[in-house]
Amino acid sequence: MTVERERDDVATLEAGLDALESVRPMRVPLRQRLREKALPPLVALVVVLAVWAALAASGIKPPGLLPPPSDVWAALSSAWDDGTLVSATWASVSRAAVGFTASVVLGTLLGLLLSQWQALRTAIGPLVSGLQSLPAACWVPAGILWFGVSDAAVYVVVLFGAVPSIALGLVSGIDRVPPQLLRAGQVLGAGRLEQLRYVVLPAALPGYVSGLRLGWAFAWRSLMAAELIIALTGSPSSLGQLLDVGRKSSDMSVILAVIVVILVVGVVIEAGLFGPVERRLLKSRGLTAGAR
Amino acid sequence: MMAATDRAAPWAVAEIEEPSSPPAIVLDRVTLRYGDDGRAAVLEDISLTVAAGEFVCLLGASGCGKSTLLSLVAGLAEPTSGTVAVPAGRAALMFQESALFPWLTAGQNVELALKLRGVPRADRRALADDLLERVHLAGHATSRPHELSGGMRQRVALARALAQDARILLMDEPFAALDAITRDVLHDELMSVWESTGMAVVFVTHNVREAVRLGQRVELMSSRPGRFVRRWNVGIDGPRRIESPEVGALALEITDDLRREIRHHAVPSGSAA
Repeated sequence: MTVERERDDVATLEAGLDALESVRPMRVPLRQRLREKALPPLVALVVVLAVWAALAASGIKPPGLLPPPSDVWAALSSAWDDGTLVSATWASVSRAAVGFTASVVLGTLLGLLLSQWQALRTAIGPLVSGLQSLPAACWVPAGILWFGVSDAAVYVVVLFGAVPSIALGLVSGIDRVPPQLLRAGQVLGAGRLEQLRYVVLPAALPGYVSGLRLGWAFAWRSLMAAELIIALTGSPSSLGQLLDVGRKSSDMSVILAVIVVILVVGVVIEAGLFGPVERRLLKSRGLTAGAR
Repeated sequence: MMAATDRAAPWAVAEIEEPSSPPAIVLDRVTLRYGDDGRAAVLEDISLTVAAGEFVCLLGASGCGKSTLLSLVAGLAEPTSGTVAVPAGRAALMFQESALFPWLTAGQNVELALKLRGVPRADRRALADDLLERVHLAGHATSRPHELSGGMRQRVALARALAQDARILLMDEPFAALDAITRDVLHDELMSVWESTGMAVVFVTHNVREAVRLGQRVELMSSRPGRFVRRWNVGIDGPRRIESPEVGALALEITDDLRREIRHHAVPSGSAA
């Protein structure tokens, strides 16, 4: 048998095996996906609203303390109409975006330093982990003393809330890079920097993204705590401030309306930004069980 | 020290041919131990010469240090004593798991190897396509590793190893995780790549038939510590298959020796420490 012939034989054999072993992904119809993904949360929402309405109607608490959903809806729409809701939401979301972006920069740098510099990690690793469990609101008094009643004080709180999660996400992502990928990079002749750029960092991306996701959640909740306590100028200058307005005027409908808005912003960013990014990332690497 | 022996067998050539070109790999009395007490020897007094273009199979049970030996040649580990010389230069290495980068497509995995070798950007794509074509995966350049079967992943890994343009290919049980049918086909693939590139191949396995099917030379290793105990020069002419009777007969003989080696490690019952 000639070498040429042999190669042809191998080629057709392999083509046959490849065809047998390839699995064609099944497309799930849109209607079925909607039913499986969108229906359960909608049902849950309806149930929560029904229970809430029933409790409000039962009169176990006076309507001033437990208003029915319709009152909260009315408060929402009036705040929408006079523009306070939009301006407050915009003020808070843009502040969160700025604070989160700064946290990403600092957290990434810190994470890189911690992962590459063992002595630093031994020295301050436990401290950073500790900071992650410290409620960021604890930094409000310090922020006010350092920077006065200002945006800067708010950002201090947001940074302390978000930076540790982002840094630790990157560190754990780098720690969990499979050793055989590191060996593969070494064998291919990657130097230390090339190894970091082409192997370690891409491999650590899923851990980093879940750190970012956690960091966003911490940034958002730290921001709300800071805005509630630090009375910034402007009327009303933030969602936290609107909450305080509701407390001062003993208007439970406003308080619940603002809580709903804070929740919705959180859900929208989570489900509209981080969720899809993380899912796509994991799916592209074949890391999701039962990926669709 | 146990000397490598050559005993006459119908399908084993007793004499080793003198290599005409300079050797690809020379290990001289290499010992590797873990820890300072020196008791945990992984490899002890290993000497091995691999000629340029030679196909050598290292065979042994668990704990014989086969993988460690490859790490030494690849420069991933340093010997405790003895010398490791690799005149043929940097070696490519394939693992049991493909170790492809899961965030890159098959084509990009090969291209990264080219990039790290210093191939200019403009030439990478075409070269990577050629290499994938060589392992018959031209149509899968844009597939991610997880979308490929185990056998296809190992072929991409082979293409990536070839991208290093090394004169030595080290293979650490590369087909051990594959089903028998796929493994059989990949044996053919590997032989055809070896014949066309003239690389020296050091192939580690614990599968005796596989060693005889592929190697020009089979080196049997003992375990704990790893040493060479016996060598066979496989003198089978013409194409062979894993089912060939000559392969089976020599595999039988080697298996007997391998089993003898393994029995040394049996702890007599009642004398447990």
